[in-house]
Amino acid sequence: MDVKVATAGTDDAAHTSPYSIAHLRHVPQRHYGRWLAATLILLAFAAIVKAFAEGQIAWSVVAQFFTVPAILTGLANTVLMTVCAMLLGILLGVLFAVMVMSPNPVLKAVSVFYIWFFRGTPLILQLLIWFNLALVFPTIGIPGLFEARTVDVMTPFVATFLGLGINQGAYTAEVVRASILSVDAGQTEAAKSIGMTRLTALRRIVLPQAMRVIIPPVGNEVISMVKLTSIASVIQYSEILRNAQTIYYANARVIELLIVAAIWYLVVVTVLTIGQHFLEKHFSKGHGERSAQRATAPAAGGA
Amino acid sequence: MKPMVVAVDVHKHFGSLHALDGISIEVPHGEVLCIIGPSGSGKSTFLRCINQLERIDGGAIWVDGELAGYRRSGESLLPLSDKEIARQRLASGMVFQRFNLFAHLTALQNIIEGPVTVRKRPKAQAVDEAMALLERVGLADKRDAYPSELSGGQQQRVAIARALAMKPKLMLFDEPTSALDPELVGEVLAVIRDLATSGMTMIVVTHELGFAREVSSRVVFMDLGRIIEEGPPQEILVRPEQARTRDFIAAVLS
Ligand SMILES: Nc1ncnc2c1ncn2[C@@H]1O[C@H](COP(=O)(O)OP(=O)(O)OP(=O)(O)O)[C@@H](O)[C@H]1O
Ligand SMILES: [Mg+2]
Repeated sequence: MDVKVATAGTDDAAHTSPYSIAHLRHVPQRHYGRWLAATLILLAFAAIVKAFAEGQIAWSVVAQFFTVPAILTGLANTVLMTVCAMLLGILLGVLFAVMVMSPNPVLKAVSVFYIWFFRGTPLILQLLIWFNLALVFPTIGIPGLFEARTVDVMTPFVATFLGLGINQGAYTAEVVRASILSVDAGQTEAAKSIGMTRLTALRRIVLPQAMRVIIPPVGNEVISMVKLTSIASVIQYSEILRNAQTIYYANARVIELLIVAAIWYLVVVTVLTIGQHFLEKHFSKGHGERSAQRATAPAAGGA
Repeated sequence: MKPMVVAVDVHKHFGSLHALDGISIEVPHGEVLCIIGPSGSGKSTFLRCINQLERIDGGAIWVDGELAGYRRSGESLLPLSDKEIARQRLASGMVFQRFNLFAHLTALQNIIEGPVTVRKRPKAQAVDEAMALLERVGLADKRDAYPSELSGGQQQRVAIARALAMKPKLMLFDEPTSALDPELVGEVLAVIRDLATSGMTMIVVTHELGFAREVSSRVVFMDLGRIIEEGPPQEILVRPEQARTRDFIAAVLS
C-alpha cells in the first residue's frame, strides 16, 4: 500500500500511476432492464386502453349519467356520511384513548372492552345489528325525558352513522393512544410544573403534538371510510354506489354506471389527499418548519 | 416567617430501590441552596418530590407553609386531587435538565401558555410580561422561534423565563447546564446568577462547583438518598469533613 502511494506522489510517473484517472471519460450507466420494462408496460397499457375503447362501453352514457340528480344525491350522501362517521370516530377515538390511559380502572376497563368488541366483529355485522335494533328494543329513549319507536329512530342514516363511527372509534383509539405515547413525557412534566392539571396538559400540550403523528394514519382511514360507506347499501342507505345500482337495475348499463361511481370516488379521494397534505403541514409546526427555514436561510442571507 | 420549604424524614422508593432515605431540611426565604452529589444519589428525585412530580411514600414536605399533596383531617392525611395539586405547584417553578420546552409553541407562546391557560390572565398583558422576561434573559429577538430553532443555551433561558412567568415563590433547577455544550453554560449560569441576586428562593442541583461556591448560601451533599453533609459553600466545597464528600469533590474537579 505504502509503495503504491509513494509511486502516485511522484510527478513524472503521473501517467503510469494507477491513481491518475482524471483524463478518463465518465460513461453514464446504461439501464437496459428499465427500457425493456417500460416498453412492456406501455404495450400492455395500450392494449388495455384499446380494449376499453373498443369494448362494450358506451362512454356517452357515462357522460350522460355523470351528473344526474340520483348520482349527485348519492355523492352528497357518501360525503356527508364520511364526514359524520369520521367525526364520531375521531371523537370516540380520543375519548377512549384518554380513558385507556386513565389511572381510573373502571374507565380503563370500559374502553379496553369497547376496543376489543368493535375491532373483533365484522363491520357489516355491526351495521345489521344497529339497523335491526328494533327487534331487541322496540322502543328506546331516556325514561321520563323522551321515548320513541326504534324503527323510527334507526333510519338507514342513523344506523350507518353509528355503525361506521363507533367501529372507526375503536381503530382511531389505538392510533391516538400510540400518538400520545410518542410525545415525550418531559412535555407533560413541564406542563404540570406550570400548574396544569393532567387533562389540561393533555389538551393544550400533548394532543396538539400528537396530531402530527395522528394525521397520516387517520388520513388513510378517512380515505378508507369514503369507500367503506358503500357497504351501507346493504341497509338501504342511498350512497353513491347504491344509487348507481338502482339506475342500472332499470337501464342495464352496469359498467357505465360503475365507471361513473368509480370516477366520483377517485375525485373525492383526490380532494381529501390534498387536504391531508395541508393539515400535515399545519400540525408539523416546530418540527417540519425547521428544515424549511434552514433551507431558505442561506438564500435570505445572500440577498 | 415560615421557611419556604420544610422536608421532614422524606422517603421515596422505586420498587426495591430506596431513592430517598429520610431527607430532612429547611430552606428559609431568599436562600440559594445548592445540592451536589454523585449520579443516582437522589438529587433529582428530591426536587421532583418538592413540586410533586413524584409522590413521596414517607415523611412530609411543606412548601410555602402548605403541606404538599395531602390535607389533614383529624388524625389522618387525605391525598389531594389532581386539581389541588396543580394549584400547589404554582408556588414553585421548575427548570429541567433537558429544557422540555413545548415543541409546538414558539418561545413567546411557551412563556404565555401558563399565565393565559392556568392563571387566566388577559393575553395582551401576558405578552407584555413575557416580552419583559425574554428581554431579561437576552432573547427578545427570538420571540417567534420554535424550540427546535434555538440552541440548547437559548432553550434553557426560555425555559427559565417560562417558569418565572408564573411568578413562583421558589425556583427549582435540576442540573440546568449539564445538557449544554461547554461554551453555552456561561449564558445560562449568568441568568441564574442574576435571579439569585434578585432575592428569589432557589434550590439548584448542579455539578458546577465554582458556580455553587459563588451563588449559594448553603451547599448540601447527598449520597445514596441521604444528606451526608451540609454547610456554607466555603466549608463543604473547600474543607469537607466527610470522606465521601472529599472523594466526590476531588472526582468532579479532576
Ligand atoms: N421513575 C423512576 N423509576 C425507577 N427508578 C428511578 C426513577 N427515577 C429515579 N430512579 C432511580 O432513583 C435513583 C435516584 O435517581 P435521581 O435521578 O434522583 O438521581 P440524581 O442524583 O438526580 O442523579 P443524576 O446526577 O444522574 O441526575 C437512581 O438510582 C435512579 O435510577
Ligand atoms: Mg438528576
